[in-house]
Amino acid sequence: MSTVTRAAAPDDERGAASSEIGGSHDLSTWATLKRGFQLSPELLRGLWVTVLLALFATIGKVLIPFVVQQATDHGILAEGGPDVDFVVRAVALAAGAIIFTGLAQYVVNVRLFKAAESGLATLRVTAFRHIHDLSVLTQSTERRGALVARVTNDVDTISMFVQFGGIMLLVSTAQVLVATILMAIYSPILAGVVYLCVIPLVVLITKFQPMLARAYGAVRVRVGDLLGAVSESIVGAVTIRAYGVEDRTQGRIDGAIEQHRVAAIRAQIRSVMAFVSGQAFGGVTTAIVLVVGTVLATHDRMTLGQLLAFLFLVNLFTQPVQQATEIFNELQNAVAGWRRVIGVIDTPADVSDPGEAGVRLPRGPITVDFEDVDFAYPGGDRVLQDVNLTFDPQSRIAIVGETGSGKTTLAKLLTRLMDPSEGRVLIDGVDLRDVAFDSLRRRIVMVPQEGFLFDQSLLENIRFGRPEAADEDIELAMTELGLDPWLAGLPLGLATQVGQRGESLSAGERQLVAIARAYLADPDLLVLDEATSAVDPATEVRIQRALEGLTRGRTSVAIAHRLSTAEAADVVVVVDKGRIVEVGHHAELVGAGGVYTRMHNSWAAQQR
Amino acid sequence: MTSATRPVERPRPSPAILRQGLRVIWTGIRQQQRMFAVAVVGSVLWASATVATAWAIGHVTETEVTPAIEAGEVTTGGLWTIFLVLLAVLLVNMTGVVLRRVAASIAGFNLQALYRQRVTRQYLRLPLSWHHAHPSGQLLSNAHADIEAAWQVFNPLPMAIGVIVMLVIAGGQMIAVDPFLALIGFLVFPGLFAANLVFQRFMAPRITKAQQLRAEVAEVAHESFEAGMLVKAMGREQEETDRFGRVTNDLRDSLIDVGRTRGVFEPVIEAIPVLGTLAVLAVGTARVASGDLTAADVVEVAYLFSILAFPVRALGWVLAEIPRSVVGYRRVDSVLQATGSMEYGEGQLPQTGPAHSRSEQVSYAYAEPAERAVLGADAPVETTTQTPVGPQRAMAIRDVTLDVPAGSTTALVGPTGAGKSTLTNLVLRLVDPDDGTVSLDGIDLRTVRKGGVPDVGTLVAQQTFMFDDPVRDNVTLGADLPDEVVWDALRTSRADGFVSGMPGALDAVIGERGGNLSGGQRQRIALARAIVRKPRLLVLDDATSAVDPAIEQDILGGLRESSEGMTVLVVAYRMATIQLADHIVYLEQGQVVDQGNHDELLARCQGYGDLVNAYAREAAERAAVAADEEPTR
Repeated sequence: MSTVTRAAAPDDERGAASSEIGGSHDLSTWATLKRGFQLSPELLRGLWVTVLLALFATIGKVLIPFVVQQATDHGILAEGGPDVDFVVRAVALAAGAIIFTGLAQYVVNVRLFKAAESGLATLRVTAFRHIHDLSVLTQSTERRGALVARVTNDVDTISMFVQFGGIMLLVSTAQVLVATILMAIYSPILAGVVYLCVIPLVVLITKFQPMLARAYGAVRVRVGDLLGAVSESIVGAVTIRAYGVEDRTQGRIDGAIEQHRVAAIRAQIRSVMAFVSGQAFGGVTTAIVLVVGTVLATHDRMTLGQLLAFLFLVNLFTQPVQQATEIFNELQNAVAGWRRVIGVIDTPADVSDPGEAGVRLPRGPITVDFEDVDFAYPGGDRVLQDVNLTFDPQSRIAIVGETGSGKTTLAKLLTRLMDPSEGRVLIDGVDLRDVAFDSLRRRIVMVPQEGFLFDQSLLENIRFGRPEAADEDIELAMTELGLDPWLAGLPLGLATQVGQRGESLSAGERQLVAIARAYLADPDLLVLDEATSAVDPATEVRIQRALEGLTRGRTSVAIAHRLSTAEAADVVVVVDKGRIVEVGHHAELVGAGGVYTRMHNSWAAQQR
Repeated sequence: MTSATRPVERPRPSPAILRQGLRVIWTGIRQQQRMFAVAVVGSVLWASATVATAWAIGHVTETEVTPAIEAGEVTTGGLWTIFLVLLAVLLVNMTGVVLRRVAASIAGFNLQALYRQRVTRQYLRLPLSWHHAHPSGQLLSNAHADIEAAWQVFNPLPMAIGVIVMLVIAGGQMIAVDPFLALIGFLVFPGLFAANLVFQRFMAPRITKAQQLRAEVAEVAHESFEAGMLVKAMGREQEETDRFGRVTNDLRDSLIDVGRTRGVFEPVIEAIPVLGTLAVLAVGTARVASGDLTAADVVEVAYLFSILAFPVRALGWVLAEIPRSVVGYRRVDSVLQATGSMEYGEGQLPQTGPAHSRSEQVSYAYAEPAERAVLGADAPVETTTQTPVGPQRAMAIRDVTLDVPAGSTTALVGPTGAGKSTLTNLVLRLVDPDDGTVSLDGIDLRTVRKGGVPDVGTLVAQQTFMFDDPVRDNVTLGADLPDEVVWDALRTSRADGFVSGMPGALDAVIGERGGNLSGGQRQRIALARAIVRKPRLLVLDDATSAVDPAIEQDILGGLRESSEGMTVLVVAYRMATIQLADHIVYLEQGQVVDQGNHDELLARCQGYGDLVNAYAREAAERAAVAADEEPTR
């Protein structure tokens, strides 16, 4: 059932460097509820008023059959012929009770819906926020579709229970108590018989609960898998078509659909069994009470009327008990969803914001130091070792090296998307782990290779870099970056909608947007990770110049294959197999006969 | 934001919804006849047993309990009779409940599974242009929440049918007792039905809205999680949370609105049978007083009303589910009915030798967001492949003729956004052109059988997509290939080194987002994926952009060796890659500006020269600046 944990390495080899999103399978039902209510305080707010109103409505419901019975016994069957007046008075009274009960019921419903939906909305938002607070490594342990399920379907499963189930449970308990007292007054022996009959049901239900919990838990996991598989078919649409692997993809989805179907039916059958055992309890109890009651009555321990009245009380008692078995089913379903949401919320964020305690650094030129930094992915080999580097303020750094040598890891450590396994990274002499995120993100911005675009206009996508930027600022930025000619080629210019994930644009165009976005953010340290790899050379050169002209006063770190970037940099850092092998200016390194010389020769050969 | 820019469709309540709902139910019943029949049999058993329970208690009381009490003694046989009669009725009841509920849920989940299969088949069948027009989150929600909504009605449905059986029995009994009292019954139960109809008319638009908002919540979550790294890198967690919070709050308000409507109608619907009982009492008493009826008759009818009061609510549940079911089904159906899928012919492409690709005067424009459809909207879902070309639509490719001779290596060169990737998609029929024809070996791609083009031509896109699978499966994509072949392909793409270093090597699971692989590593696995298929036409769309130059040279060298029998179309910027090409086509703004070999283009095409010489010129200028600065130091 641990399909939620996906990673490059098998589970047993995973280190402690990053956390995985948990399912909180170990959390007991009670603990889950407690934590659930804690996370959604709205669920309990004003609950006592709702409970009182619900009790009032229940009393109304019990009152009506009573009035009907009174009207029958003392009205229609009155000695000396039917008493029409009495019946009319009773009927009027009952009608009044219906109106009050109905009003109370309405208020209860609305209050419950409000409390439930407000509480669950809070829960969704909390979980959503926490998923963003998890490190990129932790996020990547679960498929997107499954993550989405945690804030959508998993929460939806809870709603049924918190809307009706919880309050029904309270009201049912009250009804059971009232029935017990009345039964004990009528006949303590028969009341004892009823309670003896409950014992096997309680045993059965306690047996069923863990089974139900497992079954519903399995359904939740299957829903996650299902959405993961469907999401793959949507996000991977191009690849699937280009390789004609529709059948294989469909096979995987069908597998997930079938597993979900089987799990859902299994859970349903178990819940029917639980319900039927409640029903059996009700029926058998009635039969036994009638048998024992007959024996008691023949021994003059009770009258026929008392026996029949007692049967009515048995019904009053067994009905809520049966209902409780249903509510317990719903409870387990809700708990299964709750566990998954709580699982994500209680996953520790291994790269966490020091928050208020964090240092806020003033804006201005920035210094970066790497001190004895090592990094290993969980369960993987070390990808960076003994990194010691200093980037001076306002310098332009180029990081070069072969694919997989650890360049991107360096960038992720520098921007604190990940924390080093050993050593520390400092800006302006402060450990990154001590810098408040809002200060850190304002000062350091990274442009990754595959910049993500939202399904909005170009304008809105660029504004993401600085939400308060005016349209004019964005236009100005585009001009400063020399992107006007490109914009001119788009019929709608900045108003162009970029489509899902920016798919209406080419990869190169998406990179242009990502750069404009970062440029607009105006950080003190700009980290470009292959940010122009898909852009044509002429545009790239134009952008680079613009960035250079405008990055004076700020520090920039660029990771690039195109060594033109390195030639223009103040300092070139050469990474090879996770180690820094050379640091210096292009002019010094190019003739040094080391890794850089080799790289440069091969690059230069390509330019001819 | 997405939710604000797209109008949320809100169909007006219409009396037609019940008819549509019944049609959805009928569609479901037809597809699950056997299970549904079992459920109905179970329900009838349950309904009969429920009515029989009251009868059985009355019966044993009359024949066993009362005589025993009057006699002051009871026989063991008598006690057994009491117990067994009640037990027998109970067993029938329980059997009925089990059959009804289990079969109903199996029918419901079978339907859900069936429609999930159909919907996802559509997702895989519909063209990319359709995918561009529908947000992933919406599609995800469609495959889960909408299908669930459509078939949830099957849970209460069999019970409702049982209730109808009960009503018929009870109606008969009432008429037998007194047609006048029966009239009250015939007023009350249709009254209940009418109340439900009104209820639905209020509910339908609210539920439609809630369902749409549900999909939007999924959409925002999906997009935001996909953008996870960007959100982090820009420190926009709070803004994203606010965005998600807004749709979530809209959903909350909409669900509370649903709850309020429900809150009004539930007590009303519950009260109607009770009011009926009271009316029976009042009228009945008058009839008894006038001597038309006996008191026992009134009690019997009142009792019938009271035992029906609860089960009759099952009818209400079905009616309450109907708007949700209709809305869900409508949304599902709009995907199932979506046209604009690719049509395939029967044509076969030759299986050996390099392929000859030709695109003749092709044009292509992407769908603009204005054309994007909301699932299940009343307006027909438009066909997104052949939409008319409006003034607002950006033409990605205009009137392009591209000839890639068999066995050649042709390079596509042009500035960012020139339409190179679109052209590669057209060449392999990932999209169909709006105008013009694309052919392989002279055969129009539209006449080729399904799967024919991917068998022959393979695209390595700029942006790689990794499946949540081991390396091996990411290369073979399920084809049954020996490991040596996989390793050969990985060697050619220079991916063997890092793959063998991963824990588990070919068995290392990459993960949906490419796990811990760098962009260049992912590109090399994607290349191996293409190479292993030994395509007759290999299209590389800047497929080595993240690979460093030395390795790229290695890869291209390796490809050249093994590319006999292969035609290569390559989108490239790097001079070395371009120079590998026999023929170069230069594109600008979706049109072919010039073509020829490198020297020819350099001599006569300014744009081409500016592009390919950009680095060299830059380097020279830098050198010049450096030289100028030197003496002044």
